[in-house]
Amino acid sequence: MTAYIIRRLLLLPITVTGVTLLIFAMMQVLSPVERSALYIRDIPKNDAQVERIIRQYGLDRPFVVQYWTWLVGTRNPETGQRVGGVLRGDLGYSRTGNQTVKELIAQRLPATVELALWSMIPIIGIGIWLGIQAAVHHNELPDQAARVFAIIGYSFPTFVFGLLVLMLLYAKTGWFPPGRLSDWADIVVKSADFKRYTHINTLDALLNLRFDVFLDALRHLFLPTITLCYIQWALLLKITRSSMLEAMRQDYVRTARAKGLSEKVVINRHVRKNALIPVATVGGLTVVGLLNGVVITETVFNYPGMGSALARAAASLDVVTTLGFVLFNATLLIVANLIVDILYAFLDPRVRYQ
Amino acid sequence: MTAEATTAKPVQIGGYTLREPGRLEKLVGPEWYRLLRGLVTNPLSVAGIILLTGFVLIALAAPILAPPISPRADPYNIPRDGFSPEPKPPGVEWRRNAPPVPFWYKTVTGKEQWVHLFGTASGQFDIYYGIVWGTRTALRVGILVVLSTLVIGLIVGSLSGYYGGVIDDVLQRITEIFMAFPFLLAALTLAAVLVPRMGRSLWPAVIALITFGWMTYARVIRGDILSVKERDFVLAARVLGAKDSRILLRHVLPNAVFSTMVLASLDIGAIVLSFAALSFLGVGTDIGYADWGQLIAFARAYILNLDQYWYIVLFPGLALLLFGLAWNLVGDALRDILDPKLRGVRG
Repeated sequence: MTAYIIRRLLLLPITVTGVTLLIFAMMQVLSPVERSALYIRDIPKNDAQVERIIRQYGLDRPFVVQYWTWLVGTRNPETGQRVGGVLRGDLGYSRTGNQTVKELIAQRLPATVELALWSMIPIIGIGIWLGIQAAVHHNELPDQAARVFAIIGYSFPTFVFGLLVLMLLYAKTGWFPPGRLSDWADIVVKSADFKRYTHINTLDALLNLRFDVFLDALRHLFLPTITLCYIQWALLLKITRSSMLEAMRQDYVRTARAKGLSEKVVINRHVRKNALIPVATVGGLTVVGLLNGVVITETVFNYPGMGSALARAAASLDVVTTLGFVLFNATLLIVANLIVDILYAFLDPRVRYQ
Repeated sequence: MTAEATTAKPVQIGGYTLREPGRLEKLVGPEWYRLLRGLVTNPLSVAGIILLTGFVLIALAAPILAPPISPRADPYNIPRDGFSPEPKPPGVEWRRNAPPVPFWYKTVTGKEQWVHLFGTASGQFDIYYGIVWGTRTALRVGILVVLSTLVIGLIVGSLSGYYGGVIDDVLQRITEIFMAFPFLLAALTLAAVLVPRMGRSLWPAVIALITFGWMTYARVIRGDILSVKERDFVLAARVLGAKDSRILLRHVLPNAVFSTMVLASLDIGAIVLSFAALSFLGVGTDIGYADWGQLIAFARAYILNLDQYWYIVLFPGLALLLFGLAWNLVGDALRDILDPKLRGVRG
């Protein structure tokens, strides 16, 4: 087990280096003048100023030198302070967010985490349950229904689904509004006697015993959560179903049936336990799905999280912000995949001894 | 095939009768025959095939279904009836800039002049026209991206699988790096970087989808090749002194990638959905280009009163949903047919 984890960890620096190189390469599509936006906040007053910044930060130097500067930063010759350096967390200045990319991420992250947490529980719980039901009733009505449900699910573009539920459940009925909080709740949350422990509204509201705010936050979370769930359920259902079906054809299942165990025990003890091992990888896929999904979902529902900030930056071609966000998300994904891989090895001894 | 062979008695082996291959089976070969038979016997995939045929016909007949205003204009630019920002509901008369009336129009709609069949989006772009020509955009983008990613996947996968060793290690690491990005985010970013350089057109989004879309194919093809290259006929070819390139292109690849190619072609649906998402987020084509995602993006301005402007979401959304559904219905059936683990299990 330890050897496996070490082997897996040794590959990590290669992937991380590759990811930063690729992002840096994308940046090279821009001209040095555009890249200088990484280091300056205000619109430069004249060309000479831009020239100076380019020289100062070596934006016209060879690729390798620039890459190094971009990674670890450089010393500002006037003030002597270190500036830049993505490894130090300096991702540049966001034109669309009017603050540094790091501040923007910090400001937007709690909203997205809140949405992701509320979505994750039903996605995994109900998704796996549906998959098991479909497999247990293979080729019967529940299976057929689940398959149709899944096919429609992954054919449904997230934004079309989101706009349709918004049309029905808000524009027609006014039940579930877009945004993150109603105006009155927003005032409560921003007031001095509302303590912000986590910046996750639902949690903070409970901790402050403001159940009205809690309900209001839930009302706003409902539609984006449903949208994220539906698209993800399809995937999870499909994987769980095929994994279950495969496990049900194994010899040990036949043995279990042959020795007279009841169908319930066979499914719960023998099939499900083994079938859920591959489903663990779905944890990684769910993270990818959520990272991709929140961009569109948050945009559709005007939800002020990281996804909508990224979408806005991309649409206004604010490349510094976009690349900063992608670097952050790729890092998240690498960590998530690492955890999933280790979990997988923990669950399945065959992986460990490969 | 000689005359005797076709009329020969069924062969008996140990009590089993070998089935005589039918005419179609002989024509297309056993692999394709099994595929085709699986597809036409499954009601879901038949529905998918009908939908797909419909889309192809709409794309082919676009100049008849929605004639461009003038032969000189770029047909992919949606004609606009004025410039008012207020969308108009379906059935409103087309006042300015109306296209020529096609022959079928009066019989089907009973009207002399063009009306906006599906309404107009903000800026008076005709939604019906956009959907019809958007079918061509969707097919073009889907086919282009699938072909390109498949070629990259084939090259990377076959080099990796066939040569192994250092080449394999390096290529595998590169593949992993590209896979470390969340697909849509990475494509969104690359498209946003490319737009200032290339201008607004199909290309930034298409290039972005290709750049971050080839990895799965490379992986699968590598695996296919690893399993085929140990087979005896490859050894025989090598003994005969064939060059690496010949063995790879003539012996290994054709035997390895049949199912991968078939399944890849069905990713067109998923690719078009991703492309539409990029368009929706604003890094795709220019405003007014006949493209479904672009049309739905108009609805972003009206999320508070979508009940009033339902037609901006519903018609292009339906086109997109049915398009994705068509490919997935066929794809799902094919995956079951091609999956060796499910072979023999009646699904």
